[in-house]
Amino acid sequence: MSFWNVTLFLLNGFKISCLIFLVTLLLGIPLGLPIAFCSMSRFKPLKILSKVFVWIIRGIPLMLQIFIIYYVPGLVFHYQLFANVDKYLLIHYGIEDAGRILAVLIAFAINYACYFSEIYRGGIESVPRGQYEAGQVLGMTKGQIFFRITLMQVIKRIVPPMSNEIITLIKDTALANCIMVAEIIKQANTLAATKALIWPLFYTGAFYLLFVGVLTILLGRLEKKLSYFSA
Amino acid sequence: MAFFEMRGIRKSFGRTEVLKGVDLTLDRGQTLAIIGSSGSGKTTMLRCINFLEVPDQGTISLGGEQLLDAGAAKKLSEKELRALRLRFGLVFQNFNLFPQYTVLGNLCLAPQMIARDRPDFKKNKKQIYKEIEEKAYTLLEKVGMSEKAQSYPCQLSGGQQQRVAIARALALSPDILCFDEPTSALDPELTVEVLNVLRALAKENMTMIVVTHEMAFAEEVADRILFLDKGVAEFDGDAKVAFGGECPSQRLRDFVGSIRK
Repeated sequence: MSFWNVTLFLLNGFKISCLIFLVTLLLGIPLGLPIAFCSMSRFKPLKILSKVFVWIIRGIPLMLQIFIIYYVPGLVFHYQLFANVDKYLLIHYGIEDAGRILAVLIAFAINYACYFSEIYRGGIESVPRGQYEAGQVLGMTKGQIFFRITLMQVIKRIVPPMSNEIITLIKDTALANCIMVAEIIKQANTLAATKALIWPLFYTGAFYLLFVGVLTILLGRLEKKLSYFSA
Repeated sequence: MAFFEMRGIRKSFGRTEVLKGVDLTLDRGQTLAIIGSSGSGKTTMLRCINFLEVPDQGTISLGGEQLLDAGAAKKLSEKELRALRLRFGLVFQNFNLFPQYTVLGNLCLAPQMIARDRPDFKKNKKQIYKEIEEKAYTLLEKVGMSEKAQSYPCQLSGGQQQRVAIARALALSPDILCFDEPTSALDPELTVEVLNVLRALAKENMTMIVVTHEMAFAEEVADRILFLDKGVAEFDGDAKVAFGGECPSQRLRDFVGSIRK
């Protein structure tokens, strides 16, 4: 198998990695916000519930969470939800792995939303109380204060820790491997098993490196763009 | 009835009673200085005036209209509180300018938000925003900051930031402008420029309430003095009396003496 053919074969897997990456961000970034607000709620039961939830999600390996999401419908409700989605979409639309990918996306979105929520919470709590009060004495509503005053300062503060999580995320997508989703490392493993080629496995590192390199530049630009004010 | 009156203001945080029934009266166009050692309740008093805290007991009236009767059963809604807060301006000790907005943006933000409630907002949005901006420039000129309209707060000195904060508070045309130790966070050479703005406002008969440690300034500008001691008004009266040798309150005499030394 030529270098070019291996590259294309791995690229097919990396598409799945990128899909997991994008959808996790798309779902996790907004989903983290309500979790953060619950964690800061003055209503005690909600606060405790949210803290326990974040503790569990952050306390269990993501790989285990993928297994739980994937197998629990079958074990508890005797209905193999994700395997059936897999079958259905494969038969009717010829889409492979859809059910498995769905399970991975759910696990990733929840997991990352919890990590994001803690970053948001830290960011929101680090905005000085005086900013909020300045909005209050100027007769602004809670919503106006949050969206017009607090939010931008929070964004500025959370860009560096969020960058960290986002960079971790692309590498975490390799965990989808555990329920046989054909992401890039699974593809490389297939080559090892069927063609006795080990080097593609190491070659996958180049894909991640390139991706993270572009990401680092983009996030660095964002950080620079927000440096016009100091908060 | 005086222009602004507070009667029997009590406020507790947990088990600590910070204000133990304080009265306050102020005529239109006068300047009141609230003085007292730290922990005397003067900042809490100011926060009650601005409805950042709602007193547990007491009444507040402004221009003959009762704003608050804390004894009444009904709790104030968010909306009512907002309307009440608009009657008063507050300048903070550490400015609290919004860092992501320019100086001009800091002045215009709240007036723009409030203009949204006007029935003709959609139709005349451009005109309304233009008027808000013009007013902002007038106020910036007044505090000597019009050249910095496009600067961000982090590019300004403390004194400049505080002058912008004063202009921001004035942008909503409050009936009473309050200051919470406006010069405490400033270097001595910068306090002068802020105090000059306050002097100018006093001359224009702006009704002001100032919590301050600057005795010399209080003596010069204030018409009335409220001296708080452990949550009680030890002295409430004419500034000339407060700083004169005939002051009836021994505590106030001691306090003024200790600071002047």
